[in-house]
Parts: sequence; C-alpha cells; structure tokens
Amino acid sequence: MIATSRSPLIIVVHLSVLLLVALWTLPTAGLLISSLRDKDQLAVSGWWTALSTSSQNLTGRAASPEAQVEKDGKFVITGNLIEGGTSKVSAFGVRPMQPAAFEAGTSADIGDGQTLTVNEDGSYEIVSPTRMEGTRGQRIFFTAAVPPRFTLDNYREVLNAEGIGASFINSLTVAIPATIIPILVAAFCAYALAWMPFPGRAILIAVIVGLLVVPLQMSLIPLLKLYNGVGAFLGVPAKTYVGIWLAHMGFGLPLAVYLLRNYMAGLPREIMESARVDGASDFDIFVKIILPLSFPALASFAIFQFLWTWNDLLVAMVFLGTGNNELVLTGRLVNLLGSRGGNWEILTASAFITIIVPLIVFFSLQRYLVRGLLAGSVKGG
Amino acid sequence: MQQLLFAILTMVAGVLACVVYFFGTNWLLDKIFPSKGLTGPQASKNLRITNAIRPWLFMAPALFALGIYLVYPVFESVRLSLHDRSGQQFVGLSNFRWMLGDGEFRQSIFNNFLWLLVVPALSTFFGLVIAALTDRIWWGNIAKTLIFMPMAISFVGAAVIWKFVYDYRSEGSEQIGILNAIVVAMGGQPEAWMTIPFWNNFFLMVILIWIQTGFAMVILSAALRGIPEETIEAAVIDGANGFQIFFKIMVPQIWGTIAVVWTTITILVLKVFDIVLAMTNGQWQTQVLANLMFDWMFRGGGDFGRGASIAVVIMVLVIPIMIWNIRNATKEMER
Repeated sequence: MIATSRSPLIIVVHLSVLLLVALWTLPTAGLLISSLRDKDQLAVSGWWTALSTSSQNLTGRAASPEAQVEKDGKFVITGNLIEGGTSKVSAFGVRPMQPAAFEAGTSADIGDGQTLTVNEDGSYEIVSPTRMEGTRGQRIFFTAAVPPRFTLDNYREVLNAEGIGASFINSLTVAIPATIIPILVAAFCAYALAWMPFPGRAILIAVIVGLLVVPLQMSLIPLLKLYNGVGAFLGVPAKTYVGIWLAHMGFGLPLAVYLLRNYMAGLPREIMESARVDGASDFDIFVKIILPLSFPALASFAIFQFLWTWNDLLVAMVFLGTGNNELVLTGRLVNLLGSRGGNWEILTASAFITIIVPLIVFFSLQRYLVRGLLAGSVKGG
Repeated sequence: MQQLLFAILTMVAGVLACVVYFFGTNWLLDKIFPSKGLTGPQASKNLRITNAIRPWLFMAPALFALGIYLVYPVFESVRLSLHDRSGQQFVGLSNFRWMLGDGEFRQSIFNNFLWLLVVPALSTFFGLVIAALTDRIWWGNIAKTLIFMPMAISFVGAAVIWKFVYDYRSEGSEQIGILNAIVVAMGGQPEAWMTIPFWNNFFLMVILIWIQTGFAMVILSAALRGIPEETIEAAVIDGANGFQIFFKIMVPQIWGTIAVVWTTITILVLKVFDIVLAMTNGQWQTQVLANLMFDWMFRGGGDFGRGASIAVVIMVLVIPIMIWNIRNATKEMER
C-alpha cells in the first residue's frame, strides 16, 4: 500500500518481522519442546540442544556379589550399566571425585586385586581372584553420550501423580457454566439498553461503562465477607462452585452488556419497526430477530468469558477451596512452582496442559476474538 | 467426572431458569395489563404501563448481579477501609496513615509506577510497529497470529514460560535458561535475574508486554487500515518517505485509538497480580499493590481494613480513566 514496498527496505521489513515473531514464539516453543524431553536430559541441557547428543555424568551400580560366578578359578560379575539404551560410554571411574578416571574399554585396578572393565556399550566385568563379600554391588561412575530422547512420560506423571488431571476437570467445571449462564441475562439487558426507551437509560449505560474498569480488588473483601455470612446462615461451606459461577457472572456482565448493547444498537432500525408494525411485541422481536442476529457478538463474548474464567487465578483463590476436587489448573500450577520449583519436567508439562485449551480456542475462533476486541476495547481485561 | 456432570446440569438449570424468568414475567405483564383485543383509552393506558415496566423486567437479573458483585462492594470496600482488621471498629483514616509509613506499601506504589510508565508504552509501541510492518508483507497474517497468541495464555502459564527463560544455574554448569545461555555464550556471567532488586521489575514487565503487545497490535492494525488511502497517496505524491508517512500522516490520524489501547493496558497494569505472585510473590523488592492487597487479605487471618484500603488506592488510580471512558462513551452515543 505504500511506495516503499518495492524498495530494498522490504527485506529489512521481512527480517525485522521475522525477528519479532521469533522473540514472541521462542519462549512458548521452549516450554513445549522441554515438556517432551527426557527428564534427565532436560535437567542438564538447554531445550535448543534437544536434537543433539548430550554428554551426561551418570552413576550406576554393578550387580551384587551374590551374582558372581566362578570361571577359571576367578570370580566374575558381569552386566550392563545402560539397560536397553543406545548411549555410548566414554569414560568411567569408581570414586566420586574421579568419575572419569579410565577410558572405556580399559581395565581398572579397583583394589584387592580386583579389576573392572567397562566397555563402550555399557557392559562391565569385575574379575576377582577371591570370592567377593557383601550384598551391595560396586558403584560405578561413568560418562555417557546419550542420544536425544523424546517421551510423553512427563505428561503421564503430571496428569496422575501431580493432580493436573483432576485440576483440568475442575477448571472445566468452573469455566463452562460461568461462560454460558451470563449470556442470556446480558442479552436481555443489552436489548433493553439498546432499543427500549425509558427514563434514566443514558445514565445506566454510563454506569455500565464505568463498571467495566472497576478493579476486581474492590469486590474481593466485601464478597468474601458476604459469602462467609451466607454460608454460615445457610449452614453450607462458603467456598463452592455455585459461588464462583455467580462471581464470574457478576464480573463478566459489564463487558457482556457493553459488547452486546453496542452490537445491537448497530442493527438496522427498519427491521424492528417493520416487525412492530406487524404486531410483534418487544419480547418476540428480541427472541426471534435480535438474538439470532447477534450471534457474532454472543460468540465474541463467550470466547472472552471462557478465556478469562479458565485463565483466572485471583477469583478462584478467593472464592473456591483448595481441595483436590476444587483446585483449578492455574492454582495448581502456582503451587507446583512453589513445591517443585526445580523440576522443569513437571512444570513444563503442567504449564502446557494449562495453556493448551485456551490455545485451541484461540486458534479455532480467532476471528470472533478479534471482532470482540475491536468492539469492546474500553474494557481493561 | 461427576462434578463435570454437575456443572453441566447446573448450566442447563441456570439457562432454563433464565428462560422461565424472562418468558414468565413477560407473559404475566401482558396478562395483568392486556392491550391486545382492547380499544380506546384503556388499551393505550395499559400499553403505556407495560412499556414502562418491561425494560426493567428485561434488565432486572443483570442489574441485580451487577449491584451485588460490583456496585455494593465498591461502597463496602470504602467503608471497610475506614474500619479495623475485622471491620467492626471505626478507625477513621488510620489505615491510610499506616500505609504512608509502611515501607512495603511505598515499594509497591513505586513499582506500580514503574509498571505504569513502561508496560503501556512499550506494548503500544511494539503493537504499532508490528501492525505497520505486517501490513506490508505477504505472511503478515501468520506473523500477527503468532504474536497475538500469548493473549490466550494465562498469566500463570506465562509466568512458568518466562521463569524457564530466566532459569539460573550456578556458574560453570550448563545453563538451561535461554537468557543465561546467551549471556554465557557471549562471555558474561550467569545471573539469577529475579533476585536483582530494581531491575527484576523489568524482567517481570517483559512478561506482561509479551502478552499485551498482541492486543495493541490487533486494535491498532484495524485503525491503520481505516485510514483513508487519499491522505497517504497525497503524502507519497509530495515525496514523503516511509518514516515520514508513518509518523506524520498515519500516527496522528489514529491518536484516539492509541489512547484507548494505552488506557486499557494501564488499567490492566494497575491490577497486575498473577505474574508477581507466581514469579517472586513480592520478594526482592518486586511487590505491587494488587499482590500486597491479596497478602493483607489473608495475612494473619486476614486484615480486611488494610486490604480494603489498598483496594481503594487502586480504585482511586483507576477513576480518571473511568471518567474519561464514560465521557467518550456518552459522546459516541450522542453522535
């Protein structure tokens, strides 16, 4: 559209957009790649080396002396340090301070006349002139070149052992009703504000625009007190799913009403007037004409509300319990950040499960999301 | 699974209840004040009455929910901010006086101020630049989608993603965080980025900028496309170069949209909570108002007075933007 599009400057444009896209996607890509890596490799090398062979210092233990066999008057223990692996051993040792004292393939004197041989493929042989005593096998330190390994083990672990699976269900439990229930309530209100003349309408619209930006923080303490009071009065727990559904509905309504009112006010007046001439009431007009026509706006709001309730941490932390069948994904992830701070295989897999649903919604319904953003950009998120 | 079923049942019940309410009240209204079949003054009188009542029937559930969840809490929070920790004893302005002397609060205000200066400005700037650049290349839409994507990721998810970027291993061992790996590759020392006071705030801000740039880009891209072609063609004929066209012709025409994006992100920044909680929980001098408020809400069994007074401070900071928004919306409706 601009004259510069044919000049050499366009190459600069291509390159700078490429750089920006890389900056914006690499962090997420790193998370995804890491979550699929073997956890031992993940702990010692960066995700950008995921495809190359890594060198690791490992510790193994030879079979216990009970496994020794007598051969040509000597006592021998054999086995393999790398069970079923394709790694290559380059060096080994028997003291933690000198883990790579001997090259693979050579024999090492480990005292008492015993010798230890570790080959490249991980097979080892301990030879002793006398019968070996004890029940514990010889510790062997070795350096191995490990080929890249990708696995779904991390996902299997977090889904079961870390409670991410249960939290996934909890998040769905919160998000689905909290998305659907407000839609009808908001739509009726929006229609009244858009097409039914009554005194005070302009003020009401102004109030709703104002409520769009009221910080959630203002609501937390009074509502917590209110919920505690209602819970005590009715003899039920204060933190329940019903409570959080209603809270999400209340917090989502200003955006819903605002978005839908703007959309409905933009519909052509003639449709409504001709229907009215035909004797249709406001109720009929709304249900039969406006509601179907407003589908794009309803979809926009539903996507917003779903992303917001799924991604929310604050409301869930205040209004929902922390039991296994109540803690949502975001809350679980914060807990894991505290308790498993260094276990990146757990954190990356958990985080990816947390963000996969919004990403699917995002990529499949992006059109509606953009439309909603353009219509409701007064809202502060 | 059982609770998911329960959720779906509740959802169906909730929607059904709405349908019954709206249909029922509407039917009742027409029953009590019939206008069909009647003629003369009675019919027009009934019609007037139903027309006056019906909007309120339509709005009642929404207004009720808004009243309980947003309007009442605003007043209640202001009231609580003037009371002690349990909300029983009136203490005047002593919560606010406590604030002024509290080091953590002053730290939070200072940090929030930094956030306010940096995040909206950089998000809007990157959004504008990316919107302008991607409009000129054939794969612009793909690029936009990828940059927009972090919008869908939760703040907590984003915190984990970036914590991994910032990960620190002691010097000499292999760095698995990409930032430290780059620093080491360039011959520097690895750093525990989160523990460097003052600068760690900026490492946290990067996360929010990363999320919000997509939002700014989408809105500004639409605004850029709305600019009349003639103004740009005229500038081209007059011999303006690309930069001049961008800064002197295009940007001035979308000031209104830039302001909307800026204020929207500003409000988000005032409420920033999840990122700080997940990354540092306010340690190493990264505390912000929303996290401090949450802290006081539960600290030592919960100090509702101090918590509410911090919420009131956030509210006061939001009010100018609120007024500006209401003015704009009213102006738009009058047009």
